[in-house]
Amino acid sequence: MPEQTKSPTPPSGDPNPPAGQATTGSAHSTPAHKLPEKPAAPAKPAGPVPVPWQSPLVSKLKAQYGSGVREANTYLGQNYLVLEPSITNEVLQILRDEEQFDYCVDITAVHYPQREKPFDLVWILYSFARNERLRVKTMLADGESFPSSVAIWPTANWLEREVYDMFGIKFDGHPDLKRILLPDGWKGYPLRKDYGIIQQDQEWVRINLGIESGQ
Amino acid sequence: MADPTTYLSHLELGEPDKTFLDSNELIINMGPQHPATHGVLRVILKLDGEKVLGTECVIGYLHRGVEKIAENRTYTMFNPYVDRMDYVAAVSNGLGYCEAVEKLLNIEAPPRARYIRVILTELNRLASHQLWLGTHALDIGAMTPLFYTFRDREEILKIFEKYCGARLTTHAFRIGGCQYETYDGFERDVKKFLDFVPPRIDEYEELLTTNRIWVERTKNVGKISAADCKALGVTGPVLRASGVKWDIRKALPYAAYPEFDFEIPTGANGDTYDRYMVRMQEMRQSLRIVRQAVERIPEGPIMAKVPKVMKPPAGEIYHSIEAPKGELGYFVVSDGSTQPYRVRVRPPSFVNLQALDIMVRGQLVADVIAVIGTLDIVLGEVDR
Repeated sequence: MPEQTKSPTPPSGDPNPPAGQATTGSAHSTPAHKLPEKPAAPAKPAGPVPVPWQSPLVSKLKAQYGSGVREANTYLGQNYLVLEPSITNEVLQILRDEEQFDYCVDITAVHYPQREKPFDLVWILYSFARNERLRVKTMLADGESFPSSVAIWPTANWLEREVYDMFGIKFDGHPDLKRILLPDGWKGYPLRKDYGIIQQDQEWVRINLGIESGQ
Repeated sequence: MADPTTYLSHLELGEPDKTFLDSNELIINMGPQHPATHGVLRVILKLDGEKVLGTECVIGYLHRGVEKIAENRTYTMFNPYVDRMDYVAAVSNGLGYCEAVEKLLNIEAPPRARYIRVILTELNRLASHQLWLGTHALDIGAMTPLFYTFRDREEILKIFEKYCGARLTTHAFRIGGCQYETYDGFERDVKKFLDFVPPRIDEYEELLTTNRIWVERTKNVGKISAADCKALGVTGPVLRASGVKWDIRKALPYAAYPEFDFEIPTGANGDTYDRYMVRMQEMRQSLRIVRQAVERIPEGPIMAKVPKVMKPPAGEIYHSIEAPKGELGYFVVSDGSTQPYRVRVRPPSFVNLQALDIMVRGQLVADVIAVIGTLDIVLGEVDR
C-alpha cells in the first residue's frame, strides 16, 4: 500500500530528488585533480565557486607580469594567486617589500601525481598593516628546484626544510637544506601520494633500530 | 644513529676565543631526554665557557605523520587525531580543525555551539597557561607554583571530564557544532570556577612577580624584538610580549569572539619576564571571556545540518585560530571525496621554536632552559 502511494505521486515527489541530485552531481563533476577549478557551471547555487579577485595589487601584478599571473581569485572569501614558477620568487619579494606582506605564515606543498607538473607549492602570507591574508601558489615539476625564500622571510628556513623532508622539493640557496622531522639517512618522501601510509625505510629501521619493521 | 657531527654543519667551529684560560669552544648536547626540554627536544649548544655561541635544534622524535594519517581518514575520523598534537590544549586544536572543515563545507555552527566552543577553548587556554607557568617556574627553580597550578588546573579538567568524558584529549567538538549538550549544572560549575580561580592567580603572582630570584632570572633574558618576531613568524604571547598588539581573535575573528569584550595584553621589552606578565594577564582575560559567554549563552540547537557522509566541494581553505601558543592554522585541500586530499597543520610551537637560536645567542646556558620554557612549546605539536 505505501509503495503504491509513493509511486503515483510525481508532482509532490519529483521536485526534491532532482534538486538533491543536481547539488551532489555538481560536486562530483568537478575534476578531482585540478584545482582551483574554473567556475564550470555558473548557474549552480549549490557550491561556492572561485570568483575573480579584483584589487589594485592584482592589477599591478598583471600589468607587470601579464600572463605570468595565471589566476587571481577569491574562494570562500580567501584570496589567492596562481603564478608561473619563473616569476614567483620575484613576486614574493614584491609582496613583502612593496605590499607589506611581512609575515610568512606557512609554506607547504600538495602532490598531484597525475598532473604534468605534480607539485603545488603554497605560501600563506599575512600583512599586519593591511590585516589581510593571501595565498600564493605555483606549480613545479618533479625534480625541479625552486629559489629559497629564506632571504625574504627568515621563517622560511624550517618551513622549507619540512617541505623538502616531506616532498623532496629542493630549494636553491637555502642555508641548511636537510631533513627536519625524519632522520637524516631516511629514504623517500612520505607526503607524496605514492608513498604508502605504512611504508617505511626498511633498511634504515633495520640498521638503526635493529628490528625488522617499525609497524 | 646518524653521525652526530652531520647536525653541526652551520655551527662553524672556528678559532676559539682567547681568554686568559685559553679555553676552547665546546659543543654539548642537551636532550632529547632532559626534564627541562618539555618533551623530546634535542638542542646542540656551542659554548664558550658558560656563554652560548649558537644552537641547533634536532626535532622529530615524536613525529607520527599526522598529515599523512589525515589523507587516509575521512574528515570525521581525523578529528580526534588533532587533539594529539598540542595535547595540553586539545580543545583549541579541535576548534581549528572543525572550523576549517566547516568553512570548506560552507556551513556554520549554531550560536549555542559557538558559545560552548568559546567557553571550553578559553578554559583550555587557561589550563595550558597554568601548565606552562608551573613547568616554566620549576625549570627556573621555583618549585611551589607547579603544585599550585596543577591543583587549579584540575578543576578545569574536571569540567572537561564532566562535559565530554575526557580530560586531555577531549575531542570536544564535531564538524558542524558540538556533539554534547552541556550537562546539568555546567553553568554552575563554570561560574563556581570563575569565582574560585582569580584569587589563585593572585597567589601565583604573589609567588613570582616581585620575587627577586624570579625577576633576576627572567628580566632581559631571551629578548626578541618585534621585527625579529615578524620575520621569524613568531606568534602568540611571544609576539605580544614584544609589543605587537595582534591576536587572531581580534584581527580575524572566528567562533563567537566578536561578541565579547576583552583586551589584548602586550609587553614592551620582549624578554622572558614580559612574556610571563602577558600570559598572566591573558589568564585573566580568558576568565573575562568565559564569564561573558556563560552569562549570555543562547538557547538553541548545538549542531548545524551536516551530511552524514561529508564530501566538501573540491577546493582549498586556510583557517587559523589563536591557540594558547600562537597561530594554529589548518590548510585543508578537498578533491570532493570523503577524505581530505591534504591537511597541512601550521603549528605555532614549531615556528616559534625556530626563534630559540637568536633568543639565546650570547646568553648563559642556564638561560637556554628559561627560554625553552618561555617559548611554551609542546613537542607533540612541533613534531606532529
